[in-house]
Amino acid sequence: MKLNYTGSPDPRTFKDFFGTEIPRMLDADPNLIYLDADLMSCIGTAKYGKAHPDRAINCGIAEGNMAGIAAGLAAAGFTPICHTFGPFASRRCFDQVFMSAGYAHNDITMIGTDPGVTAAMNGGTHMPFEDVAMYRALPGATIVDPADTAQLYSIFADLVKRPGVKYLRANRKSNDRVYEDGNTFEIGKGVVLREGPDATIIAAGYMVGKAMKAAELLAEKGIQVSVIDMFTIKPLDAELVAAYAKKTGAVVTAENHNRIGGLYSAVAECLAATCPVPAGCVAVEDEFGEVGPVDYLAERFGLTPEHIVAEVEKTIARK
Amino acid sequence: MNTSEKRELRRFAAEIRIALLEELKARGFGHVGGSLSICDLLAVLYGKVMNYRVEDPKWADRDKLVCSKGHAGPAIYATLALKGFFPMEQLKTLNRPGTNLPSHCDKNKTVGIDCTTGSLGQGTSQAVGMALGDKLKGRQNRVFLIVGDGEIDEGQCWEAAMFTAAKNLTNLVWIIDDNKKQLDGPTADILPTFDLRAKMEAFGFDAVRVKGNDVEALYEALEKKPEGKPVAIIMDNVKGSGVKAVEETASNHSMNVAPEVWDSYIAAVKADLEALEKEVAEA
Repeated sequence: MKLNYTGSPDPRTFKDFFGTEIPRMLDADPNLIYLDADLMSCIGTAKYGKAHPDRAINCGIAEGNMAGIAAGLAAAGFTPICHTFGPFASRRCFDQVFMSAGYAHNDITMIGTDPGVTAAMNGGTHMPFEDVAMYRALPGATIVDPADTAQLYSIFADLVKRPGVKYLRANRKSNDRVYEDGNTFEIGKGVVLREGPDATIIAAGYMVGKAMKAAELLAEKGIQVSVIDMFTIKPLDAELVAAYAKKTGAVVTAENHNRIGGLYSAVAECLAATCPVPAGCVAVEDEFGEVGPVDYLAERFGLTPEHIVAEVEKTIARK
Repeated sequence: MNTSEKRELRRFAAEIRIALLEELKARGFGHVGGSLSICDLLAVLYGKVMNYRVEDPKWADRDKLVCSKGHAGPAIYATLALKGFFPMEQLKTLNRPGTNLPSHCDKNKTVGIDCTTGSLGQGTSQAVGMALGDKLKGRQNRVFLIVGDGEIDEGQCWEAAMFTAAKNLTNLVWIIDDNKKQLDGPTADILPTFDLRAKMEAFGFDAVRVKGNDVEALYEALEKKPEGKPVAIIMDNVKGSGVKAVEETASNHSMNVAPEVWDSYIAAVKADLEALEKEVAEA
């Protein structure tokens, strides 16, 4: 695995990815179809949608209907990709995704943009801290929270082709760059980014870059930690979690989500069943979101490298 | 439609009712009211209108039925069994542990069921997606969507209706079973629908209102060629139709009655069937 972590954002935004890759994939595969709920402009697909209204279907502001139509299109032989903002891609259409797609075995991919604090200036109404918890409870679902744009380039096509309901949560802007281009990832397999014997940080999405920074800060204090990018939250790479729990004796998760039902819950469930060790978490403490710049919100909700450092030290002390 | 064809459809509707009531009797209880109210429609759809292949139930170019009021599944199972999609004996497994005939329609369990429904409102959007998908694939088939008059309380139905007309999906036929009752009582008391025909017209449909037990009128409405707009058929109906005792039962959404009561319902339909046979013989 070739890394490219400097603490800077990936120069290509997730929006750049969606705006170029979704049209490219639609042109390459006539069975692929894309649906949006009046937010094409937000991910750079509006121009394509205007030119190809039969390939990129704008459903209007009706997310439940969009999810149901996607399910029906799957039944008719298409591979649908849907997009809307994270709160609408989870809460607003969850029953339709659950029943019409999941239960009925109509396979769809749902993209929820701007998860957690990355909803920033749209504020608390648009800030999903619970989307992962909801999708985790959907049998057979796959949940991906990519670390950076380079990673998304490598996994998106595989994700869309997977059976079941797939939920992708991604910021429209960039996360901190972690990877060099051209790496190969396997959905369901975590990536070890750094090796250290004292504890393991397991992070996803927006928090992976923060975990890398935290590992540097900890090293300055003489604490050497392992860092895992758990970009697939479901199915969880239980083998890797157990192996690093055994190897390092302490685990701290880091996620841009409520501590209830997300990565921490998944890892804690895994540890309880495999290798119980002290486990801490950096996550939102069961609160609703609020408006503000991302950096302010990360501080406000405790999602900074410094918060990870403190939680690691606290967890190591429990060994 | 000539008299003989009409009688044949009426006979098929009676056979569906008998098979349905036998099916429910075998379990002792079930969604009888809303199942009975679509039997005439099912007779017309599966007896004359829809193109399908019993030997190839997943034939991609078939006409498809989405019964969004999924609790009427038992009526569809009776129809499918009579048409040979699966053995009649299987009807007796309705809602038994491990059955392929669950209370609400499930395309992954039941041969011949085209869409999984039951969470009310959700069949509408799925039907839209199926019709859109068939159209984009260049198929010449149609999708028939049955929606309950209680079910349209769900806002999703109206999102799907808006989309149907916006995309001019003339290969999708909306059929609203206006049987005037929902689970808790008369639709007029729970959440009145007002003028359904005017509503569907306002949503961009060419809407007609026909008697829900008039096979000829249903046939004509279903075969009407769309004129630049999708078609919506409002079935003026009675919940429990075809069995007077069920029609007259105030709360008939789901009924749990003794075997002899089921037998009395079956006997009533059989008497209607005999009268029909007599009519045929005399003709």
